[in-house]
Amino acid sequence: MQFPFLSVIVFLPAAVALVILLYKPEWKKAIRWTALAAGLVALVLSFWVYFAYDKAAGGYQFIEKYDWMPMLGISLHFGVDGMSVPLILLTGVVMFTGVLISWGIEDRPREFFAFLFILASGVFGVFASLDLFMLFFFYEIAVFPMYLLIAIWGWVRTREYAAMKLTLYLFVGSVISLIGALVMYFTSGQHTFDMLVLATAQFTPEFQKTWFLPVFLGFAVLGGIFPFHNWSPDGHVAAPTAVSMFHAGVLMKLGAFAALRVGIMLLPEGAKFWSPLIMSLALVNIVYGAFIASVQTDFKYVIGFSSVSHMGLVAMGFATLNRDGMIGAGLQMFSHGVMTALFFAVVGMVYDRAHTREIPKLGGMVKPLPLPAIGLIVGSLVSMGMPGFSGFIAEFPIFRGIWGTERWWMAIIAAVSIVVTASYVLLVARKVFFGAMPAEFEGHISPINVFDKIALVLLMAFMIGIGLFPALMVPWVQTGVDRILALLGGA
Amino acid sequence: MTNLLSILPEVLLLALGVLILILDPFFKKETARRPFLGWVTAAGLLVALTMSLLFARPAAPVLLFGGMVRFDGMGFLFKMFFLFAAAVTALFFMDEEKLARRAEAYVLLLAATLGMCLMASAADLVMLYLAIETTSIPLYILAGFLRNDDKSTEAGFKYLLFGALTSAILLYGFSLIYGLTGKTNLYDLSLYFSNFTLISISITFLILAGLAFKISLFPFHFWAPDVYEGAPTPIAGFLSTASKAAGFAVLIRLLSATFIWVSADWSFILAILATLTMTVGNLIALAQKNVKRLLAYSSIAHAGYALVGVVAFMGWGLPSVIFYLIAYVLTNLLAFGVVSIVGRVTGSEEFPAYYGLSRRNAGLSLAALVAFLSLAGMPPFAGFVAKVFVFVSAVQSGWVWLAFVGVLNSIVGLYYYLNVLKYIYLYRMENQDEEQHPVPVSRPVTAALIVLVVGILLLGIVFGPWFGFATQAATALF
Repeated sequence: MQFPFLSVIVFLPAAVALVILLYKPEWKKAIRWTALAAGLVALVLSFWVYFAYDKAAGGYQFIEKYDWMPMLGISLHFGVDGMSVPLILLTGVVMFTGVLISWGIEDRPREFFAFLFILASGVFGVFASLDLFMLFFFYEIAVFPMYLLIAIWGWVRTREYAAMKLTLYLFVGSVISLIGALVMYFTSGQHTFDMLVLATAQFTPEFQKTWFLPVFLGFAVLGGIFPFHNWSPDGHVAAPTAVSMFHAGVLMKLGAFAALRVGIMLLPEGAKFWSPLIMSLALVNIVYGAFIASVQTDFKYVIGFSSVSHMGLVAMGFATLNRDGMIGAGLQMFSHGVMTALFFAVVGMVYDRAHTREIPKLGGMVKPLPLPAIGLIVGSLVSMGMPGFSGFIAEFPIFRGIWGTERWWMAIIAAVSIVVTASYVLLVARKVFFGAMPAEFEGHISPINVFDKIALVLLMAFMIGIGLFPALMVPWVQTGVDRILALLGGA
Repeated sequence: MTNLLSILPEVLLLALGVLILILDPFFKKETARRPFLGWVTAAGLLVALTMSLLFARPAAPVLLFGGMVRFDGMGFLFKMFFLFAAAVTALFFMDEEKLARRAEAYVLLLAATLGMCLMASAADLVMLYLAIETTSIPLYILAGFLRNDDKSTEAGFKYLLFGALTSAILLYGFSLIYGLTGKTNLYDLSLYFSNFTLISISITFLILAGLAFKISLFPFHFWAPDVYEGAPTPIAGFLSTASKAAGFAVLIRLLSATFIWVSADWSFILAILATLTMTVGNLIALAQKNVKRLLAYSSIAHAGYALVGVVAFMGWGLPSVIFYLIAYVLTNLLAFGVVSIVGRVTGSEEFPAYYGLSRRNAGLSLAALVAFLSLAGMPPFAGFVAKVFVFVSAVQSGWVWLAFVGVLNSIVGLYYYLNVLKYIYLYRMENQDEEQHPVPVSRPVTAALIVLVVGILLLGIVFGPWFGFATQAATALF
């Protein structure tokens, strides 16, 4: 019996959340340091799992299985494959940097970190679960703390509206998928929620075609797929910095990942049948998201809509159902995760000092905030898919994947988004950080603290590291994609 | 000896009631008596619970006392939860000044619990009716216990009138059964109901109406909000949980004993009732501005969810109903406990009373968080698995549309439960510093809240064994 890495990763944040809740509210320092220590442990463990994953062997590793409710065939079944192991790492990174960025939260930090950690537990749980029931269990755990985090610590003007909208959208999506999952459970006749068994259940093509769409779209709501993406920019903007990071960086991956695990992997025939529709929706995401982002004047809305566009690329990559597209989508999930976390971190730093996010009102921030400026530029380069950065490694295969399908022309349309993205991110970077600083900010912009610096450097290191050495991530994703392709019958 | 052991919980309840009446005059000074009687009641109930678990567990189902009660797993499980709910309620009583000072309140609580225990195991129409009345009459009095409070008096009186009316309807149904068959034992009636005649249908309707009142099904739900709002909050909590669970116990037993469930038409009628109950409860709850009324409508909706499992019946149907009731009893007791504390400190149950609560008492707010999220059906709390199991059973029995209705309803529910949390966590008290207005929680209530929170988490995370108990209870019915 090896050390139960995955259980520890999944349950550690929740356990720490309980411990933090037992602290006195006044012990703000102790709360922060405990949170930081827990974040560091989670980061180290997720690194360990990532590098200890045997990519030559592939398949599911670090498997742990405990009977949870044998009567209904529910088990606590953890395991990671090449698809989920980068996401575990991503969650570890975002959790750690999220704690660093939230160092300055003064209003009820105890509850803040507790809810954030419960959320983290839910996210880790979804990525690690191989049991359909437990996947839902953790999925819902990841949804409700979001409401509180946004509603309590969010941007005063829209938080109530955005938090409720987000929660209801996600809940609707997940319960629709849940019904689909229950029907799968009973139709399979295997009396188990174990996804490895359900994958071999041989559902009839008709059944798969009927239920693929509700299941896939139900999860894809959280992945921000058009026309259900509406909650996401509002949610991102209203959320406090660390929560936006978590949300855009990790939570949206949760939707895409669950749509892949449950939708495509359990109902492959349905996926083939509906692939044109999903690709079309994703195309709208990509292009429409980019155009909307380019006309925003609110810094945070720009990033919010750019997430919609980039997550469209993920959905597109999955929907191509070919090797290149899937590898690209897997990489894009990680790359977009760290990139968008960095973006939101920078936005948060600027907003905390300037108290406005209106791009026309900002300018010249590079002098007091040099590191965030570098961060934003690196993020922009990733975002537009510049070679040498992780975005290129991820987006290039996706476009090749689209080219490999019958709908190759979609690649041409989607490529428009790259141009648009390049224009708006660079424009934003120039307006916010360069040019003349408005007089009212002169002397009021304080430098960032050491925690912020660590967070920024860590996030940038990933984007450049993977961009320069794709071998640090591509082989992992490849093993995962091979498994999916096997389920799709070598398509 | 088995005979007596089979009613051990009831015997112990009676003994405890007598003990309290004896103890009462010894504590003349009201201040000294206040904490003591509540602790005695709660401790006595826990002792009864432990003793029953140790010595009086049922083996194979058996009819005892000339067929009056059926000693089986289902009745036993329900009894244990009634004892538990009563113990928690007794602790909540200690915080309400007017209840805590009077020994009568505790005795009436025990009497009602005694009735519920008999309801869960009654196997004869006569016994059943007596049990229902034994439950109801003390509850009428408790609902109107605050004599100087108009709302409480109104609640008691309203409850009495509605209750008496539906009791009469129920009794009328029972008397028709006896008149037509000459039998009163539930387990002898199955033959009669397997024939579908006009009279058997009308009798079923009469009985259903009587029980629908107890579990506040549409269209017999009107009393619930008014009574809950007016009654002292701990009583409202007890009414909405234990009393409702007892009603469900009777419903389940009647359906399983008389085989009415075999008929698809009855399942369909129940499915319609479940749909209406969920939808009406949830939609009206949306418009509420008073937390107690909101909980009243939400508890109507929850009766609807539980009824979904009754519709599914076979397979996972009954276990899921029983599990749902257990989860719901814990959760709603917690919710009403929170309301009771806030009501005592602020004197109001309206939403503004909850503004800034998380700054006034962070621990209490967390308890509220657990309660409302569990009601909304969020993991890792009991409400999530309970709801999922009910929907699982519905899908299993082919009621996919009913599962969809349930799911849509739980979305509506999520909205208004989250709203309450918003008032607690987000809103601030008007023009006042929350630090200056703490919400103190007394020791007995703290104990009760902690037990409930732990219970909800246990049920929600380690659900396997609990569902096992529920399954055992359900199989004991046949």
